[in-house]
Amino acid sequence: MFLRSFARCWLYAAFLAALGACTWADLRPGKSTSSLPQNQVEVFSWWTGGGEAAGLDAMIEVFHQKHPEIEFINAAVAGGAGTNARAVLAARLQAGDPPDSWQGHAGQELIGTYVAAKQLEPLNFLYEQEGWLEVMPEMLIPLISQNGQIYSVPVNIHRANMLWYNPKVLSAHQIAPPQTFDEWIAAMEKLQAEGMEAPLSLGEQWTAMHLFETVLLASLGPQDYAGIWTGAVGWDTPQVQRALENYLTVMRFTNSDAASLAWQDAAQLVVNGDAAFNVMGDWAEGFFKELGKTPREDFGWQPVPGTQGTFQFLSDSFVLPANAPHRDAAVAWLKVAGSKEGQDAFNPVKGSIPARSDADRSLYDEYLQSAMDDWQTNTVVGSLSHGVVANDSWKQEIDTALGLFLQSKDVAVFQQALLAACQKSGPCP
Amino acid sequence: MRIKKDTLYSFLLVLPSLAAVAIFVYGFIGWTLRVSLSQWTGLLPDYTWVGLQNFVNLFQDPRFFIDIRNTVIFTLVFISGSLIIGMGTAVLLDQNIRAEGFFRSVYLFPMAISFIVTGVVWRWLMNPAMGSRMSGLNLLFSSLGLDFLVNQWHTTPVWGIAAIALPAVWQMSGYTMALYLAGLRAIPDELREAARVDGASEVQIFSNIVFPLLRPVTLSAMVILGHISLKVFDLIVAVAGKQIPLDVPAIYMWQTTFDGYFFGRGAAIGIFLLISVAVLIVPYLVFSLRGEVEL
Repeated sequence: MFLRSFARCWLYAAFLAALGACTWADLRPGKSTSSLPQNQVEVFSWWTGGGEAAGLDAMIEVFHQKHPEIEFINAAVAGGAGTNARAVLAARLQAGDPPDSWQGHAGQELIGTYVAAKQLEPLNFLYEQEGWLEVMPEMLIPLISQNGQIYSVPVNIHRANMLWYNPKVLSAHQIAPPQTFDEWIAAMEKLQAEGMEAPLSLGEQWTAMHLFETVLLASLGPQDYAGIWTGAVGWDTPQVQRALENYLTVMRFTNSDAASLAWQDAAQLVVNGDAAFNVMGDWAEGFFKELGKTPREDFGWQPVPGTQGTFQFLSDSFVLPANAPHRDAAVAWLKVAGSKEGQDAFNPVKGSIPARSDADRSLYDEYLQSAMDDWQTNTVVGSLSHGVVANDSWKQEIDTALGLFLQSKDVAVFQQALLAACQKSGPCP
Repeated sequence: MRIKKDTLYSFLLVLPSLAAVAIFVYGFIGWTLRVSLSQWTGLLPDYTWVGLQNFVNLFQDPRFFIDIRNTVIFTLVFISGSLIIGMGTAVLLDQNIRAEGFFRSVYLFPMAISFIVTGVVWRWLMNPAMGSRMSGLNLLFSSLGLDFLVNQWHTTPVWGIAAIALPAVWQMSGYTMALYLAGLRAIPDELREAARVDGASEVQIFSNIVFPLLRPVTLSAMVILGHISLKVFDLIVAVAGKQIPLDVPAIYMWQTTFDGYFFGRGAAIGIFLLISVAVLIVPYLVFSLRGEVEL
């Protein structure tokens, strides 16, 4: 009895010691930077399903053809539209163990979080070397830069300011697709008067923020809209107040069960004829096609009324960490991500347009071709809810203020909270 | 000498878990406390001392006010619902009915399910859509002609959080029943018989003998349910996602820390939660360590 417990005790102790030794070895800093060979690249993303994962696979295929000697490690983390992945990434960066490259929304979401923490290397050299400055829109570059330094390679472009409508419902009520903001309100008033309780379908809270940014853009115009994010236009100005009042007006036409719907459920209300309009990014088009709906017949599209001529974009992009374990391989990956070949492999599968203007149009469908035209000719501004114009902290504060506003409907308090958020986490003095 | 050796070995055997608890529980509580007193915002740690500023800001934060209100409503509905249904079913099961074991298992089963699963199912049941898109319980009520019961569930302004407490009651009332059943079985039959001999009615026996003797069980149940309710997070996220009308401190803590990188504020909410649970649990622990109330 005594002997046995003694032996067990030592076994336990030995096991713990072994465990400790392993963990200790794993945690020692500098392990991966020096000792491992340069023939692999670990790329971190939250693309684990659907068109995103298929698009990434297509791009990895291009990478394999160009660099058969480099092993590609796909470190994708599933769940929560990237929330889980970002938490994992934060933990890895805090432990000094970065992947070779990771996916992030281009713009302040990357800059505010990772550049501020000195985790990223500027990529101007790559843009010059590869000639990307000539093939990407001029207005895009400042939105993905800080102090003249470009920090990421955008692989795709989505458009946020899109209005999706049901052509059959509109023609049944003799309404033409609205061209101005006032026409849009008038159309929704008519629909409501004729018995449609909620002409504009809305989903959970982030879709309310998505609607908010498009109404801001429609009310302020592209220049002032860009200004509120750089500090050039104050949040306490009368035009912002007018924009917030417009938002309150638009919210009158939304469904009461919005909080219980995902964006797909809300978008589906339009093609099912339960609602006339939905404001959602252009990934909704891929969703409608998945449902077997015919473009122009079951669903129509146009920019959100009042935002014609403006392309409110968001983009997935890849970065170069300041201390990438395999820097050469990471640069090789970024070259593929920014190349015509890589982008034309990724985007038709994902259902987005390439950031480059020289892509092969024949690979893309009707909607995407129209988006490619707009991308080259329109004024480009960034999206709020998808990380271009505001850093994560600022966006989180806006999200809270917006959620409180949806309860209280108090414009003055909302405007005050938005100003406070900008002062705390944005550029406002 | 022999005893001393045994003591030494037993100490050595518990030493690893003592060390683990010291580091991973108390060490991290200490670290969280330190972070809550810092201004850390952003990816990298910043331990600049700001005193109680994070806590002061919290109590001026309109969102945190909603969190507290929601927690109070949730706790009241959840605890009272579970206690009433739990005690009711326990008393019914205690009547020497047939197939008692079967019913006991049926009522206890929901507890084996995780809050996430419960939440997803109740998300479908409590679908707040109206008109032609009506579904779940609303559709059932409406097709049974019980239209006055059709409601907006968790999208009801202010009281929506009470609807989230329903699945929690469904899940935990069976457990409460088991606690009460144990309590009822521990009451000696002699007491009831003596009362019957004295001419007491069954109702009098329940209200004057059984009910008072169940008080320690009620206290345990309240403490167990209370700490679950203060920490609720997964159930709300599964039913309704993360949105302000149904916000609670744990959800605010998650969002502000991991989505907004306000580590200082998130740690302050964590410490607040710890203190509020401690206020509930510590007196109970002191009370039960001094010796359970004698039956």
